[in-house]
Amino acid sequence: MAAVEALDAAPPSGGLRRELGRWSPSLKIGAGLFLAIVLAGVFAPWLTPYDPFYQDYDTILVPPTWAHPFGTDMNGRDLLARVLFGARIDLQIGFITTIVPLVYGVFLGAISGYVGGAFDMVLMRVLDVAIAFPFLVLIIVIVAILGPGAHSIYISVFLVGWTMYARLARAEMLVERNKEYILAARVLGFGRGRIIFGHALPNIINSSIVFSMSDFVLNILLVSGLSFLGLGIAPPAPEWGAMIAESKDYMRQAWWVTTMPALAILLTGTALSLIGDGLAQRFGQNRRGLM
Amino acid sequence: MDTVTVTKPTRAAAADDILVIRGLTTEFRGRRTRIRANDDIHLAVGRGTTLGIVGESGSGKSVLCRSILRLLPPSADAHVEGAVEYEGRDLRQLGEAEMRRLRGTELRMIFQNPMTSLNPLWPIGDQITEGLRVYAGLSAAAARSRGVELLGRVGIPSPEQRFDELPFQWSGGMLQRAVIAMAIAGSPKLLFADEPTTALDVTIQDQILALLLELQERMGMTLVLVSHDLAVVAETCDRIAVMYAGRIVETGPTKAIFSSPRHPYTLGLLGSIPQLATGSNRLTPIPGQPPDLARLGPGCPFAPRCSYVSPDCRTTPVRLEAVAADHRSACLHPERLAQAAA
Amino acid sequence: MLRFIVGRFVQMIPVLIGVSLVSFFAIHFVPGDPIQIMFMGRASPETVARLHAELGLDRPLWQQYLSFIGNAFQGDLGRSLVQKVPISSLVADGLPVSLYLLAYGAALSVLIAVPLAMWAAVRRDHLPDHAVRLIGMIGFAMPPFWIGLVLMVFFGLELGWFPIRGFGEDLPGHLYHLFLPALTMALFLAPILIQSLRSSILDVLEADYIEVARAKGLSPLRILVKHVLRNAAIPVITVLAVNVGWMLSGAVIVETVFTIHGLGSQLVRSVGFRDYPTVQGLALVFAAIVMAINLLADLAYMAIDRRVAKG
Repeated sequence: MAAVEALDAAPPSGGLRRELGRWSPSLKIGAGLFLAIVLAGVFAPWLTPYDPFYQDYDTILVPPTWAHPFGTDMNGRDLLARVLFGARIDLQIGFITTIVPLVYGVFLGAISGYVGGAFDMVLMRVLDVAIAFPFLVLIIVIVAILGPGAHSIYISVFLVGWTMYARLARAEMLVERNKEYILAARVLGFGRGRIIFGHALPNIINSSIVFSMSDFVLNILLVSGLSFLGLGIAPPAPEWGAMIAESKDYMRQAWWVTTMPALAILLTGTALSLIGDGLAQRFGQNRRGLM
Repeated sequence: MDTVTVTKPTRAAAADDILVIRGLTTEFRGRRTRIRANDDIHLAVGRGTTLGIVGESGSGKSVLCRSILRLLPPSADAHVEGAVEYEGRDLRQLGEAEMRRLRGTELRMIFQNPMTSLNPLWPIGDQITEGLRVYAGLSAAAARSRGVELLGRVGIPSPEQRFDELPFQWSGGMLQRAVIAMAIAGSPKLLFADEPTTALDVTIQDQILALLLELQERMGMTLVLVSHDLAVVAETCDRIAVMYAGRIVETGPTKAIFSSPRHPYTLGLLGSIPQLATGSNRLTPIPGQPPDLARLGPGCPFAPRCSYVSPDCRTTPVRLEAVAADHRSACLHPERLAQAAA
Repeated sequence: MLRFIVGRFVQMIPVLIGVSLVSFFAIHFVPGDPIQIMFMGRASPETVARLHAELGLDRPLWQQYLSFIGNAFQGDLGRSLVQKVPISSLVADGLPVSLYLLAYGAALSVLIAVPLAMWAAVRRDHLPDHAVRLIGMIGFAMPPFWIGLVLMVFFGLELGWFPIRGFGEDLPGHLYHLFLPALTMALFLAPILIQSLRSSILDVLEADYIEVARAKGLSPLRILVKHVLRNAAIPVITVLAVNVGWMLSGAVIVETVFTIHGLGSQLVRSVGFRDYPTVQGLALVFAAIVMAINLLADLAYMAIDRRVAKG
């Protein structure tokens, strides 16, 4: 009887309200800010009358005014419109490059941690090789092979971005597998797959979820960095990094052209970091986080 | 003898008391709670004697030592009231620098876990002599020879060679000896020992206690020994103070406490000591759970667990009162224990 | 000590093999013919055939791999077909510059991070702590290429305090020319350093032996310097070593922004030229640097923490 009871690891807690009540100020602020940015990207066409690609040579390098809240760039394009539409690019790529490797990274790490043996040894070696390369170098090499563009970014991050999740999930699984509810499940004869994914998984993904927030930030920095180097998204697409690259020669006379996209990156990244910090607090990983 | 005045310490403060505590209260303030880890403590310690402070975990005995020496962690929001007179001076009024000087020389404390009491990266000898170099101004060479001598005094073999070793190379018992050496380096007058043997093997415990007593006698030091183990205190102390829920509930000479306890909690503690002599297999634990210090009622904190309780115990505030010459109890009805024993 | 080094080398062998395999296969996963792509379809069939033979691309894979490794051991990484020089000479030119930048950036970063982390740890949960952590979060989200641009434009062009490109001739020249790039690296690394350091300083602060030090009557300053800082130094080395990859990634960007001829900008340029042999060789070198620095860190660790040496 106790074994069966032990299987009901964590009973569901009630209500959205109660959950939100448990959120720290940093989590609320971060989540709110991020939501605002996402909505700004989603509703971009309605938030600005301008076309982000339209070049109006009468309004080149106009400083921020009521007509152009973020000013215009060297081709006469409205910067606010470009930043808003750029959100769609950066957020989309950032999201997909984060969530997809998370899934199979945790998958591989969980199996490796539970099953051990040859599988684990091989995975560990692969992880060692992956972390021997600087991440950006690896991505650049893959992009070099495949040619620049969004597809290359996706493929390269899918190839190497899973390693941290695998490590985190594996480490947590090594601890979790000795816990009583897992032992109880084994005694009851449940299959390995069911134990790993049905029972252990919900309890080991916390650190991966917290890390995914930092990973999201890093991936946005990666996309913008690659685009800045000319290896990612190319102009005239309004990707934030590409925008900074193409306007860097105008920094002295038109500070807003590089600063606005940079601020967008900054704001998004800070929001995500706040969420990450708040989640860590919420999951009990650091008793007293920021605020 | 002195009667029931609440503001007086355990017994009339004798001229030869090295430490007199009056009304010491330590309160920790959290966001929603206030916890009185020490409540209105009155205590006097005679020069050259050994006082044992006994109580279970959470009774406030460790907080008491730290409150006296002003060693409460700065991160804990602690509010302390009352007077702590050491050789006539109120420690609570001293400046921080002066307090540090006292801690470096005359007022020392040793802690429970010898394995973590020493910096893992420093040689043991250097840690023992650090105080000497800072406060006695000894040169490196002089400090070293004194350190070797100290190690020898606490029973470390080949101290000359062992001076430079690192803590991970020593056992728990040896480390505690080193900690003691560190504490007596400046020939202190008052030494607090907070559960000095709890983390050690039983056989080593006796050795450490014997060492402490021997050093005390030779150096004329006053020793305050804090423990949850009544047996440890019985062997070593002249007087005992029993603590419960942050208060002192009974004080007196060791013999008196053991032969005629006058507080149900003390009786309970005595009952839970394994008795080899009687051959009885039964231990009589104290029923119930330690109290939640955030939710104490107005009356006696021990009432929920007491076998001699009556309704007035829960509502009447209790204080330490004399039950015999030099024997005080905070029980409202100490006569009930006397009757039961008779 | 020697046993330790040998032991670590043995451990590194599988990783070295893996790393070399990854680098080797870089050129072989190119969709299409690498030679054609390199010359953008303008090479004649004879040239292509000749280069195929010269690079050994027509031999079986395992043979190519073995000669790749064999040559690498002798320091021969092949020739850059685009720049027409041995790749090893490109490496020899770029390596010192990049290492300089790395060391300089790491040093500045430690100078920035240690005081901030210490302040935050000592004033835990109060305003300084929150402020430092918030600044850390914002710093983490700042694109390094933008930081570099801002520093370059503001301190280099507007104020003219520092040069914005080049490497300089001698030591003071290096330090002068590389200041802004190194500062960019430092700001890039600092948030991570601060977070880790704060954590390890907190661990030390809460240790029993610190309470014992207070009970010995030592002054807070002495405790901080002689006990806390020294014990927290070990994690600094670990954090720096673990983040070498991160730092090199930053170096790639910083070198490009400031036009510094290190390995990072070399890599970016080679990618632009579709110079696959060079990309391949550089990847191998980068991994070798990371592994070498990790080994050095382990040795430094042993020197500081005698427990590791004796245990």
